[in-house]
Amino acid sequence: MTLLDIVLFLPLAGFLLLLILPKESSRMAALVISLAVFVVSLGLLMPYWFQYPSGHTFSSDIQWISYPPIRYHVALDGLSLWLVLLSTLLTPIAALVSWNYIDKRVKEYYAFLLLLEFGVIGVFVAMDLFLFYVFWEVSLVPMYFLIGIWGHERRIYAAVKFFLFTMAGSVLMLGAIIFLYNRTGTFDYGVIQGMIQTGSLVFDTRTEMLLFLAFFGAFAIKVPLFPLHTWLPDAHVEAPTAGSLMLASVMLKMGTYGLLRFCVPLFPEAAHRSAPWIAALAIIGIIYGALVALVQPNMKKLVAYSSVSHLGFVVLGIFTFTQQGLDGAVYQMLNHGISTGALFILVGYLYERRHSLEISAYGGVATPAPNLSIIFLITTLASIGLPTLNNFVGEYLVLQGTASANFGWAVFAALGVIFSACYMLWLYQRTFFGKASESLSHHMPDLTTREWAAIVPLVVLMVWMGSFAQTFLPSISVQNAAILDQTKKLRVERVAIPARQTAEVSRANR
Amino acid sequence: MPIASFLPTNADYARFLPELILTVAGVLIMFMEALRPEGRRTNAGLLTILALVLALPAALVAKDGSAFQGMLVIDGMGTFFRTLVIVVGLLVVFSSTDYLRREKQESGEYYALLLFSIVGQCVMVTANELVMIFIGLEISSIASYILAGYLRDDARNNEAALKYFLLGSFATAFLLYGVAWMYGATGSTNLTEIRRALISGTPPPEALIGVAAALIFVGLAFKISAAPFQGWAPDVYQGAPAPVSAFLTVGPKAAAFAVLLRIFLGSLEPIASRWEPAVWVCALATMIVGNFAAIMQSNIKRLLAYSSIAHAGYVLVAVAANSGTGSVAAMFYLAAYAFTNIGAFAVVTHFSRKGERYVSIDDFAGLAQRQPAMAAMLTIFLLSLIGVPLTAGFFGKFYIFKAALDAKLVWLTVLGLLNSAVAAYYYLRILVVMYMREPGESVETLPPAGALLQIAVYGSAAGTLLLGIFPSLVLDFANRAAIR
Repeated sequence: MTLLDIVLFLPLAGFLLLLILPKESSRMAALVISLAVFVVSLGLLMPYWFQYPSGHTFSSDIQWISYPPIRYHVALDGLSLWLVLLSTLLTPIAALVSWNYIDKRVKEYYAFLLLLEFGVIGVFVAMDLFLFYVFWEVSLVPMYFLIGIWGHERRIYAAVKFFLFTMAGSVLMLGAIIFLYNRTGTFDYGVIQGMIQTGSLVFDTRTEMLLFLAFFGAFAIKVPLFPLHTWLPDAHVEAPTAGSLMLASVMLKMGTYGLLRFCVPLFPEAAHRSAPWIAALAIIGIIYGALVALVQPNMKKLVAYSSVSHLGFVVLGIFTFTQQGLDGAVYQMLNHGISTGALFILVGYLYERRHSLEISAYGGVATPAPNLSIIFLITTLASIGLPTLNNFVGEYLVLQGTASANFGWAVFAALGVIFSACYMLWLYQRTFFGKASESLSHHMPDLTTREWAAIVPLVVLMVWMGSFAQTFLPSISVQNAAILDQTKKLRVERVAIPARQTAEVSRANR
Repeated sequence: MPIASFLPTNADYARFLPELILTVAGVLIMFMEALRPEGRRTNAGLLTILALVLALPAALVAKDGSAFQGMLVIDGMGTFFRTLVIVVGLLVVFSSTDYLRREKQESGEYYALLLFSIVGQCVMVTANELVMIFIGLEISSIASYILAGYLRDDARNNEAALKYFLLGSFATAFLLYGVAWMYGATGSTNLTEIRRALISGTPPPEALIGVAAALIFVGLAFKISAAPFQGWAPDVYQGAPAPVSAFLTVGPKAAAFAVLLRIFLGSLEPIASRWEPAVWVCALATMIVGNFAAIMQSNIKRLLAYSSIAHAGYVLVAVAANSGTGSVAAMFYLAAYAFTNIGAFAVVTHFSRKGERYVSIDDFAGLAQRQPAMAAMLTIFLLSLIGVPLTAGFFGKFYIFKAALDAKLVWLTVLGLLNSAVAAYYYLRILVVMYMREPGESVETLPPAGALLQIAVYGSAAGTLLLGIFPSLVLDFANRAAIR
């Protein structure tokens, strides 16, 4: 049993424990368990601290089902490491921000939160396609309940929409996974990937494209990529604060992670061929998301649409097939997790005070709550990509990668950065500046200790990730280089064969 | 030939032991019932459980081989399905007892009829002879017609029984007519002989075989409620007493599927290219009709009835695959569905109260807050019906669509998978109501579940999760039993 197994199963154990424990202690128990998971998960950093191994670490591989051969195969690499840490960091924060916000059916709430953590960590570490699918679906169920039970007025609509969108995408992915199994006799990602790389598994162009699309559809819905994003604003607006936090910061990353981990290395040819289309959708998403965010009267909806815009950058970065683009994409996944997560928390703080998400209900908050305003300002600046804060690094890398792949794309994508400054600063201005009304001042106490505790780690990370990217980037780069390598080798081979044939034909003609 | 060679041997009886135990118990119950003094509680339920518990090992250890001059054949598949229907019987008995007590209708006939129906199904799944299949089907059906109308003062029960009887007889007539044509075409009613005739040098005319196969298929399609012969199913499953509905959606269906697999994947395999397209269309139509009709339902029994039609469609996908993996997938699915659906109906039985007053989905509002354990169990069953991983239903679907892809049925797979996404919607509605609404009057007055019913619910849930986490348990069994 490796450390990774412990990190994975500790939340599940916590979930079961919470079901047994009395209701009164579930808050504290969930916090303690999730903090314990986080502390243990820090141990995963050990192999990555002084060096940057390119292969798997903490891998464990046990047979689960004999026929078809499904294995419990989990492992960590430079890509999943940070996403796992992001999940384990945000779960205790989610438990903290729910402390007073959730007052009914507390036990079930925290139980679902831990089950969700189990599901998402599983998604990031599964190295068996089947196991990956299992975790993918398992993570869906607790989020469905989190939105549906503890959400706002239209929660049921949002929860069902969320479930059905994801389900519709993932069943086709299941079909593709079964198809891959039928061709290869294994679900093991490493084995299948190796077969593709060495050329012992070759698809014809049409099959490869269909398989690619089946995977891509599932991930694109989760990301969400324009035009499949419509479930996201609903889910975010209706979800409780911690639900939005986990959804934006962790679950959306499942989609981009899937693209990077499965879509690109398994079907490189199809990925390259469809890259222009996907890049176009990503750019539309960037600009569309930003423009729609600009006109939102509802804060949470604004942040939700900004997510569509930010995630567009991630997808764009992946489909540039450049080292910088991929590095930027992964870094941006983490950044978005931190800064948008923080925005959702802060919006949640405002909501707990004023019980409204409408921007027009605020104004002049800076006077009664200066600390809240400062933190919100830092987060806003991080979100719009101010240098020395985290998003700058990611966006810069993505744009650089994009520019080297296709300069025109970079120009349009850069518009998104400008728009993000517009909508975020305007939001800040309308909410925090001006003169506070009498009723608002009364209901706007400054941050409490608990609220500080939840937000400070994120603010620290914003600065850290913006100023010392070296802590994070090297291990990510090593992994991305491997992924790029996997796609490139194959392309050279594939291109080389017809080229030689034409050469022979032309020689014969001569 | 000396007469002695026609007499059954001890080995024959040993292979037939489960049916013998069940029949003896059934007859005994009838006698006891007649002699029971007025006002004394019947202990037929106990006897039934005892008989089923005895029959279970008898079915499991029965040696492979044929019995009664090749009329019955005990093979892996027969053993698998015999075990399945006996386990189904056990779970149904556990979920029935409290129900019958509640409706003040507890009497021995119910259990005797249940036992006879199970005997019929056991005969069906081991029959190697069209006539035996017919006899088994009749034993099973006649008992279940009566069960469907068991509460004779209840109008819906009567309607259900009448519909089930009329349409069921129709279906049996089709089947019988098909058997006659088959006999005319091949000169035999023995399944092995039929196959031999088809692959012999001088096969019978295709038109004759085609008509025979079509008639038999129609007869069986009625029994498994496949579209376009599914019309009776919603009314019957809605009208019958809830535990009986649970039984009808699982037991007779599994037996009919066993017969379908035996006849079509076994005997009629040589003309597979002729019937595969028909099954293909039928499977797709069944999934679509079941799922889309279920979306509109507000009565939970009716919803489960339509869902049962849809699930028959998934199993037909496995039949259409026409392969060893297909038959394994179908068997696994039927086992998974048995646990899941009996469990779901058991919760509905518990919830519906006397006279089945509360069967609307809205009545389940807030169940999770008053009886979280029952709600959690129903959640497991519904997630299994949706096909979420770590439940039996997921692996069932997985194996079926894997078999279909193996058989290159790509479109059927894609449409089937999309269908299962549609299905998520109506199952989710129940979850929504249970977890996300405030409790109403129906939940506030809900008494705790009886002990026996709890056994049925928790037993089914354990089966559902066990098959979802360690599917090899049943899969290995089914693999040994594959028709090819």
